[in-house]
Amino acid sequence: MQEDRFPGHKFLPYLLIAPSIAVIIVFLIGPFVQSIRESLFVSTPFGTKTIYVGLRNYVRLFSSPDYRSSVIATFKFSAFVIIGGLSISLAIAQLLNQKIKGVGFYQVALIWTYAISPTVAGVIWASMFAPATGLIPYIVSKLSGGYTLNWMTNGNIALFVVATAATWKMLGYNIIFFLAGLQNVPDEFLEAAQMDGAGSWKAFWRITFPMLSPTTSFLLFVNMLYAFFQVFGLIDIMTRGGPGNATELLVYKLYRDGFIHLNTGFASAQSLVIFLVISVVAIIQLRIVTQKAIYSR
Amino acid sequence: MSKMTRKTRHDIFIHAILILLVMVLAFPVYFALITSTLSFQESYQYPPKLIPGKQFMSNFQEVWDRINMGRLFFNSTFISIIVAIVKTILALLAAFAYTHFKFRGQGLLFSMCMITQMLPLPVRIVPTYQLMASFNWINSYYALTVPFFASTTGLLLFRQFYLTIPKDLPDAARVDGASPMRYFLQILVPISKTNIAALFVIEFIFMWSQYLWPLIVTTTAEMRVVQIGIKMLLASEQIAPEWNVVMAATVIVMLPPLVVLMLLRKSFVQGIAMQTSK
Repeated sequence: MQEDRFPGHKFLPYLLIAPSIAVIIVFLIGPFVQSIRESLFVSTPFGTKTIYVGLRNYVRLFSSPDYRSSVIATFKFSAFVIIGGLSISLAIAQLLNQKIKGVGFYQVALIWTYAISPTVAGVIWASMFAPATGLIPYIVSKLSGGYTLNWMTNGNIALFVVATAATWKMLGYNIIFFLAGLQNVPDEFLEAAQMDGAGSWKAFWRITFPMLSPTTSFLLFVNMLYAFFQVFGLIDIMTRGGPGNATELLVYKLYRDGFIHLNTGFASAQSLVIFLVISVVAIIQLRIVTQKAIYSR
Repeated sequence: MSKMTRKTRHDIFIHAILILLVMVLAFPVYFALITSTLSFQESYQYPPKLIPGKQFMSNFQEVWDRINMGRLFFNSTFISIIVAIVKTILALLAAFAYTHFKFRGQGLLFSMCMITQMLPLPVRIVPTYQLMASFNWINSYYALTVPFFASTTGLLLFRQFYLTIPKDLPDAARVDGASPMRYFLQILVPISKTNIAALFVIEFIFMWSQYLWPLIVTTTAEMRVVQIGIKMLLASEQIAPEWNVVMAATVIVMLPPLVVLMLLRKSFVQGIAMQTSK
């Protein structure tokens, strides 16, 4: 599809991509391949000897109740962050995408959480929920007439608080992308639908939402990466996986097994399983985007 | 009722909801700001205080002394700027190659760059750490920056833009006798300003937020980054956390990425809009 703009420079393009490719091979593909290899070994404590064990790390993984509970916690957490976060952001972006005054101000006032790091989000929400003395337990106790909210002893509440903090942090990012996507939906389409007698609710689901699907699927993927990996700091600062292992998400368990218990083979097996899950989602996302591109042509 | 007043009413309703949303979204940060101005006793007052106190400077001083915040702040700023700049340069070069040249293995090499987003750090963390150890990079700025240098986001951002450039532009440059690199530096890079600014925002915030990797590859207090600093403040408490001091640190840590986002907001939003429109 593209032509050579500077014929006769055979060597130059390789030179231009060489730095990127070098970084990718040395720091990404190399370690990833090594990760596959290591998942087939166990190392003795202090890493003095490694023993080939085949798929035993994986067998151990899938038969571990701790791992199963970590998968379930990750699933609940991600579902909350992705579905909750995306719906709220889309609703806010849709509100912003109207012809009203002060859109510039609202845009700034609603996207800034993008610049907040997960760790900062975590520590602020932890302080608001601080058991016995925090603001939210105070309000809850006042409203309910004495109920003591303690998220540090209740696993379900802990997961909820952690997920709320993570969702809050991501709203800014999601709103930016949804707003950009909404602005690409041509007005004529919506006007035509309205002339055909479709209400704005119907017009949204019939026209706006399908036309947003590249943005939505992109955000789905990014939010999943976020919920799987980038929230590590948030978990470490808020709960360290507790109470019990209620908030021990996969990435946290991986860190513990790999770097606290020094169980590198076991941790590498966990890495690979997570990789397979993201690949599947990435492929689905790519399908949606390319399908859409063909359709719009 | 006239149409005009109905529109006005509708607008007032929208404004009311939006203002409410702005306040709800900002409340946690407001709460952090308030807490950072309180004394330790005030921060444990019941009911919790929602109006500012007078202790910000002393809390700030406490943070500075206790975790050597000056040093951590420098580390975070340094690695964020270095990574944002190098990533931008590598992405510009690669996008130029993929959109202006035709070469053998192009498709394969492009997919190799794309694979980056499927290999986030945690799926290769143990061997990457071992690699750092074998390079003797543990506890160095190399470990904190070099493994982050490849960027799919940047490559896609620039590629998307370069594909829309009319081919007359490079052709005219060539006819005028400009070398490819001269065309790149004098024409392509300057017209990429908006995208460069957008990428800088994305990568600066990304690096500033790093937590897991710095936690693993740094071993001494002077190589820590600000995110770990917050954790150090929390963990140093035996009994109740000193929320006032922790929040003073949090406010400091929050500022730089917010400033970067606000300063470059226009370019950032434009860059994103360019990427979403196919």
